Amino acid sequence: MTGHRTYVHGVMGEFETPEQLVSAAKRTREAGYKHVEAYTPFPIEGLSESIGFRWTAVPLITLIGGITGAITGFGLQYWCSAITYPLNIGGRPLNSWPAFIPVTFELTVLFSAISAVVGMIALNKLPQPHHPVFNVDRFAHASTDRFFLCIEARDPKFNLAESARFLQELNAKHVSEVKDEE
Amino acid sequence: MSVTQPPVNSAHIRRLDPVLEPGHTYASVTDKIAAVVLTRPLGIGWLAGFTLAFSITMVLFGSIAWLIVKGVGIWGINIPVGWGFAIVNFVWWIGIGHAGTLISAILFLLNQKWRTSINRFAEAMTLFAVACAGIFPLIHTGRPWMAYYMFPYPSTMGIWPQFRSPLIWDVFAVSTYGTVSLLFWFVGLLPDLATLRDRATKRYQQVIYGMLSMGWRNSARHWHRYQSAYLLLAGLATPLVLSVHTVVSFDFSVAIVPGWHTTIFPPYFVAGAIYSGFAMVLTLAIPLRKFYGLEDFITMRHLENMAKVMLATGLIVAYGYFIEFFMAFYSGNKFDVFLANQRLHGPYSGFYFALILCNILTPQLLWIEKVRRNVAALFVMSLIINTGMWLERFVIVVISLTRDFVPSAWGRYSPTFWDYSTFVGTLGFFVMLVFLFVRGLPAIAIAEMRELVARDSHGKKEYQ
Repeated sequence: MTGHRTYVHGVMGEFETPEQLVSAAKRTREAGYKHVEAYTPFPIEGLSESIGFRWTAVPLITLIGGITGAITGFGLQYWCSAITYPLNIGGRPLNSWPAFIPVTFELTVLFSAISAVVGMIALNKLPQPHHPVFNVDRFAHASTDRFFLCIEARDPKFNLAESARFLQELNAKHVSEVKDEE
Repeated sequence: MSVTQPPVNSAHIRRLDPVLEPGHTYASVTDKIAAVVLTRPLGIGWLAGFTLAFSITMVLFGSIAWLIVKGVGIWGINIPVGWGFAIVNFVWWIGIGHAGTLISAILFLLNQKWRTSINRFAEAMTLFAVACAGIFPLIHTGRPWMAYYMFPYPSTMGIWPQFRSPLIWDVFAVSTYGTVSLLFWFVGLLPDLATLRDRATKRYQQVIYGMLSMGWRNSARHWHRYQSAYLLLAGLATPLVLSVHTVVSFDFSVAIVPGWHTTIFPPYFVAGAIYSGFAMVLTLAIPLRKFYGLEDFITMRHLENMAKVMLATGLIVAYGYFIEFFMAFYSGNKFDVFLANQRLHGPYSGFYFALILCNILTPQLLWIEKVRRNVAALFVMSLIINTGMWLERFVIVVISLTRDFVPSAWGRYSPTFWDYSTFVGTLGFFVMLVFLFVRGLPAIAIAEMRELVARDSHGKKEYQ
């Protein structure tokens, strides 16, 4: 096929235990690499911090969603019951706010939950069916029992041969080049 | 410290059963759970069970079709009993769903590791139970095609829902509950769908699980955001689950009908919901672990813990029944006193005594350790408790409506064939969805089981 050029996404090392991976990740950061990603079959405490990822916007997005939900919920009921469709029942107050609490609460939870999930998926840039790391044959083990560390090519310090050697020095079992077609 | 204290490893100290049987690795838990979905052939047992459940689902659809053709007159409802089976079944089903959220959210926040192997199918049970529950108020409206009237939308008639009515709160509570449960379940499934995608050997499996997993690649950044979202969802689902059955109880307790108008209703409805939900989790877990050989993952520890939760929530429910009686006589309200007497001596007293037998007396056997650790006994107990919880809702709905204030307004209620066929139909629908679920999606959270293996292999001892 014409026009298909392969490019290098990075170099990936495979580890057998979470401890090896976390210590390798720390040493990779110490060696000055900035664009590093780890792949593990389950979440590992402290791993994302050791590759330099500390802050996520998911809680903030959820909070904003929740506040929006609360305002929407109460505003909807106030507008319906007191402004656009007021029903005078024995002179009782139109803005009967205690009766509006359940729906306000439910909409707060609904908006927060949707924000949390959509926020998480969007920040993870999903759905993204294709990614260069899937080209590595052994990468399927990342969802079973192997732990991977990938030094990405966009890192200024990246050099295919050197970075691969560096991963080998960290005792990675297999080191492979991550390639993809443009 | 006395000298006679036995050593820590003494045989006299009973050990807790493990949450996960020893000897498992990341690969072995993954293989075992994924194999049920990916490689295990369809057995005759599954096919027979599915066929039966599917046939009963057709009974449900047939009953609903006939209802739409003829109207709610084919049911046994009348004036004064306008609610009947539809609302009894609605409350029963929605209550069953509550255990799933309790296990997945509240036990998660409380860091209870034994939730790990039961949370996935308990959440699935929640969704299926909510699906069954949602059918009833919809078809009970009589003109289900007009059900959208309940939502606030800008209609040309210029009218809006009455937000001071618990029935509208119910619409919002149940639809929020269904949506949030679905999101929670899907987020939990995401890494497992990726696991199935990576292990699938057949093309169609790769395509389906590949699309559902949305390209999840287990990266540390993905996991970080995932854990953040999961924790937030657990925190949101916890007050939500308590609010849902509270709002359902408001459907009753905001009305002035004797036997309904009590402040004990919200807490005792929530406890009853969790009670029946755990019973249903046991009803499903016991055959599941047996037929799919998952005894290593769903251990006696899980079954015993669930039995203890049932015992505790059952006692709260018993307290609720007691307080209903106590308040009737203590208040001296003649209608409440009369209703209490009607429960004991009225035309439906048989249901009331059956309820006491199922919900209060029988579960006391759970105090005995031998019963809690006997799988067959627990299975039978779970069926008895679910029967009891159904009877509870029948007693609440029917006795109060047939015996309210003025004798001229009294009546009787007896369900018709169509009431039974609709109810039994939802049971079939529920079981059918469970059958599809266990073969289509991992019934146990694989990634969380791997986490458990990692934890065990690090020698971290678990506390209770």
